[in-house]
Amino acid sequence: MIGTDLPPYADGIGIAIDHDEDGQPVLFMDFGERVMGRPGFLHGGAISGLMEMAAIAALRAELDRRGEAMKLKPVNVQVEFMRGGTEQRTFAMGQVTRAGRRVALVNAEAWQEDRTKPIALAQMKVLLSPAG
Amino acid sequence: MSEPKSLHDLPADFVFDPSRAARLMTRHGHGGWLGLTYHAHGTDWVELALPWRDELVGVAETGVLASGPIISLMDNATSMSVWTLCRRFVPHATLDLRVDYMRAAVPGRTVIGHGECYKLTRTISFIRGIAHDGDPDDPIAHVTGTFMATHGTYL
Repeated sequence: MIGTDLPPYADGIGIAIDHDEDGQPVLFMDFGERVMGRPGFLHGGAISGLMEMAAIAALRAELDRRGEAMKLKPVNVQVEFMRGGTEQRTFAMGQVTRAGRRVALVNAEAWQEDRTKPIALAQMKVLLSPAG
Repeated sequence: MSEPKSLHDLPADFVFDPSRAARLMTRHGHGGWLGLTYHAHGTDWVELALPWRDELVGVAETGVLASGPIISLMDNATSMSVWTLCRRFVPHATLDLRVDYMRAAVPGRTVIGHGECYKLTRTISFIRGIAHDGDPDDPIAHVTGTFMATHGTYL
C-alpha cells in the first residue's frame, strides 16, 4: 500500500520499500554508478534523497493512520553525515517526532550492514495543509 | 596518458579549474546520472546547472523536483567552490548540510546551484549557497554546511 506513494525520483534512483517495521516503511537503495560520489562511496545527495523519501513515507503512514488527507510542503532539512557510505545496500527509516495540525518534524536515519552504526541522520520539517 | 576518471586521479600540483573539474565530476557517478553541467565560477564560487527531467520529480501530480537532486546539486557546487578558493583539489567529506526551501522549483525549468565557500580553516570549510530556476533574487532554496578535509589540509 505504502509502495504506491514513492515518487518518480525514487524509481529513477532505485529506492524501494524493503519492509514495514511497526507501521514505518523501511526503504533501501542499492549501490551503483548513479548513486556514487567519490569513487567507491555513496554521494551525500543520494543518501539525503533516500532519507527524505523515508521521512516522507513515515509521515504519510502516520497521517494515513489518523485518516488525515494532507498536502505536504517541505520547509527545511538538516543532514548530518557520520560515515562514508560504501558499495553495498543502504537502508533508511523515518520517525515522526511530532505531527501537529500545521507542521510536522520527522527524523530519518540511514544505515548499511550494521544498524547500530548509522551513516547519516536527517531532520526534516514539513508544512501540512488539508488536501483538496 | 588516459583521461582521468575522477578528481582523485589528478596530479597533486593540478591548479583547480572548475570548468574542467566539472566535466569529471558531472560525467560519471551520481552527478552524471543527474545530468549536472558547469555553468559559471568566480574566485570563491561555482555554479552548476541541473536540467529538469521526469525522473527527478518528487511529487508526481505537480511535477515538482524532489529535494534529493537539489541537495546533490548544492553539495557538488559548494564542494567545488571550496577547491576553487583553495586553487587545488583537497579530498574532503560533507559533514552537514542544511537546506531551507523557499518555494518549489517550477516544473520544466533548469535549476542553477550557486555554491560559495565563505571561510576556510586548516580542516574545515564553511559553505553557503542558493538554488534558483532563472531569477537569483527569487531562490528555490538556501543552503549552508561544512566539509572536512580527509587527506591533507585546505591551508
